[in-house]
Amino acid sequence: MNRVMRMWQVGLSLLLFSNMALADWSALNLRRGVTEISRTVYDLHMLIFYICCVIGVVVFGAMIISMLLHRKSLGAVPATFHESTKLEIAWTVAPIIILLAMAIPATSTLRDMYETGDSDLDILVRGYQWKWQYTYINDDPSKEIQFMSVLSTSEEEINNRAPKGEHYLLEVDNPLVIPINKRVRFLVTAQDVIHAFWVPDFGIKKDAIPGYIHELWAVVEEPGIYRGQCAELCGIDHGFMPIVVHAVEQDEYDVWVAEQQDAAREIFETVGKTWTMDELLVKGEEVYVRNCVACHQTNGQGIPPAFPSLVGQGLSIGPIEQHIEIVLNGKSGTAMQAFGLQLNAAELAAVITYERNAWGNGMNDMVQPKEINTMMASQ
Amino acid sequence: MSAVIEEHHHHGPDKGIMRWVFTTNHKDIGTLYLWFSFVMFLTAGLMALGIRAELFQPGLQIMQPELFNQLTTMHGLAMVFGAVMPAFVGLANWLVPMMIGAPDMALPRMNNYSFWILPFAFGMLISTFFMDGGAPNFGWTFYAPLSTDYAPPSVTFFIFSIHMMGISSIMGSINIIVTILNLRAPGMTLMKMPLFVWTWLITAYLLIAVMPVLAGVVTMMLMDIHFGTAFFNAGGGGDPVLFQHVFWFFGHPEVYIMILPAFGIVSAIIPTFARKRLFGYDSMVYATASIAFLSFIVWAHHMFTVGIPIAGELYFMYATLLIAVPTGVKIFNWVATMWQGSMTFETPMLFSIAFVILFSIGGFSGLMLAITPVDFQYHDTYFVVAHFHYVLVPGSIFSIMAAVYYWLPKWTGNMYDETLGKTHFWLSFIGVNITFFPQHFVGLAGMPRRIPDYALQFADWNMVSSCGAFLFGFSQVFFLFIVIKCIRGGKKATDQVWEGAHGLEWTIPSPAPYHTFTTPPKNLAEAHG
Repeated sequence: MNRVMRMWQVGLSLLLFSNMALADWSALNLRRGVTEISRTVYDLHMLIFYICCVIGVVVFGAMIISMLLHRKSLGAVPATFHESTKLEIAWTVAPIIILLAMAIPATSTLRDMYETGDSDLDILVRGYQWKWQYTYINDDPSKEIQFMSVLSTSEEEINNRAPKGEHYLLEVDNPLVIPINKRVRFLVTAQDVIHAFWVPDFGIKKDAIPGYIHELWAVVEEPGIYRGQCAELCGIDHGFMPIVVHAVEQDEYDVWVAEQQDAAREIFETVGKTWTMDELLVKGEEVYVRNCVACHQTNGQGIPPAFPSLVGQGLSIGPIEQHIEIVLNGKSGTAMQAFGLQLNAAELAAVITYERNAWGNGMNDMVQPKEINTMMASQ
Repeated sequence: MSAVIEEHHHHGPDKGIMRWVFTTNHKDIGTLYLWFSFVMFLTAGLMALGIRAELFQPGLQIMQPELFNQLTTMHGLAMVFGAVMPAFVGLANWLVPMMIGAPDMALPRMNNYSFWILPFAFGMLISTFFMDGGAPNFGWTFYAPLSTDYAPPSVTFFIFSIHMMGISSIMGSINIIVTILNLRAPGMTLMKMPLFVWTWLITAYLLIAVMPVLAGVVTMMLMDIHFGTAFFNAGGGGDPVLFQHVFWFFGHPEVYIMILPAFGIVSAIIPTFARKRLFGYDSMVYATASIAFLSFIVWAHHMFTVGIPIAGELYFMYATLLIAVPTGVKIFNWVATMWQGSMTFETPMLFSIAFVILFSIGGFSGLMLAITPVDFQYHDTYFVVAHFHYVLVPGSIFSIMAAVYYWLPKWTGNMYDETLGKTHFWLSFIGVNITFFPQHFVGLAGMPRRIPDYALQFADWNMVSSCGAFLFGFSQVFFLFIVIKCIRGGKKATDQVWEGAHGLEWTIPSPAPYHTFTTPPKNLAEAHG
């Protein structure tokens, strides 16, 4: 009851415009953005909008004049005309001319957007339910940077148990980092359902579709943090998979790349070495907690029937090849995702080993990262 | 033998519930359609209020995302297939025979079937809310693979109910086409038919053309889900984009199925209250036919962001822009009809004028959305939500309300309460604009559609929008009250009802007798306004 009362109080006060002074009036229109394309798109948007306003004023103006003057209560006598070939031709031809005026600039803008060419940097963007994976494509696999980008807003904020931060729902753990004034090419795809990659300030949006790789490009002119969201309904957490891009100066970007590549090299090397059981178990628990507990729970018992238990039954105590297969490729028709592309070989080997030995499963077998790599390569 | 026929010929409606179950009378079936539509309108409206209540403030307050997605999906399905389309079919049932001087629909038994399928189809669809895994949650556009490999088990019931609705629509359309082409009174040539009859004739052809396409696409889904095919599964060599092409090949004509009969209604009402003949009758007919034709060749403008080659993008942009021409002709013709008329502003006229203005606003945002490079920014945001609600709510639904007020005295024999009608109009008009106008703003500012929670900069306008939605929603309960009051009594209506009304339905008594035009009418001089 209290909430209803408050709703109406706030609603009424809004209707009475008393709150309007607090409203953010800049949040009424498209953003001009920070790329040449986004500014062209903005100008085109305003052009069409103004044309519509003019047409609106003429048409609605005529209606209003007619409603004011041609009323029975003012003694108006109805005219008898009901057709005019000239007039009808005129208002068929005039819109065609206006439409041409819209189509010409639209065509040239679209051609610019489709202008593919050499790029300075290629980033593979993969959509998953409900996170983004970014891969900085590099011919040398030891230098390839790849990471997941996940919403960092807390459950407490979303469920109103904590005050909401400034960038509520538009913040991630690992943002995309790109250099300014460089032609960055995004190659967009998805691993499960259709998502859409959208950064409003860059003026670009493209659906991320399983089986397709679409191209987008942007030359960002100003350093800054740019925020966007998945724009295609992709399931329960569609509203919770934002995109955050840090556009930085070239030297800052180089420093970031160097750091990331060090980390990447480290992973590359760890994948190559032979792990002991203890190392795998420690790492495995870590990976399990980060990726698996939401469904299979900390104690491995899951929430049957949707999320099966991993304790003393099924895959965890079956042949190891099948266990690896399911973790790598997921199980279609269920919530089990394909982790083959989301985790690196060391993480995959560790978590599989962990699941086979934790909670008293005691299978006493293990799989090495190298073996995972071999299996992935053969797929 | 002849005695039996004689007996049947003169009987009135049966008594009790069986009158409605077995009826083959076009007026009874029209009434059933209209009441069914109103029930679905309130049901789907309640779902919308659930959505708007959750979006009143940032954060998750009253529901989790699972339920939110089910509500957006079912709201769309129930409004499109349960509220708007059956309402137009109901109006066609009531009015087409009376407007062309026919005794009934051409295929009365099929008419009964096509209605009675609907309550079962929707009963099944709504029951999915109570199933394991919940109702369909993939949006009313049900894009694969979210609606196939990743769908809740209830999707199979959804597919079955879509098939049933499709059968119902196809039977209804066949009936309307056959009635119009075969049962017109002598002298009622095609170009003398009232525009409502014309728009429905064209709409019925659209329905017959596209409902099988919808049936095809849901059948392909069914095969993917249960029989191991991979039409839409990239992993099996299929194509998720194929789904969208097939869906929108149905979906775009579907959009016009929901607006063409509205054009017919407004073309009947404006001349009546302007006391002046409809301007440009012939061009209205040609414009309707042009819009129907264009509706088949613009489908991919819903899919500008799926990665179509530039030649395709340009073609679909140009073709879409062309729709503005015949639509513009219609708007200009209505304005010219009002011009130098002698207008009064009874409730049907108010709804019709609001229709012309607000539908035009929806047309303007449609024009903006047609511009491909800018559409990349608008696509899948609240700007799109604002656009299609402007053409559907103050478009289709206002026209249905206008029609109900306009013909209610003919149906019931009583005038509705004009003061209450006008109050209902102004509440609806204000409510609709408070609800949907701010959605243009949040859409342009970057709020995606179909999200249960949003960033803080969208908070103010979402709150305004939610307040408007509750105002609009509650004023429809008021509408129910006005209609019931009118059925129960009121000032007796004359046969002509409105001073400026022309057409065959105004030549018969009010309320319209159970059987009309059992012998064809003679005087067709003023068939259309």
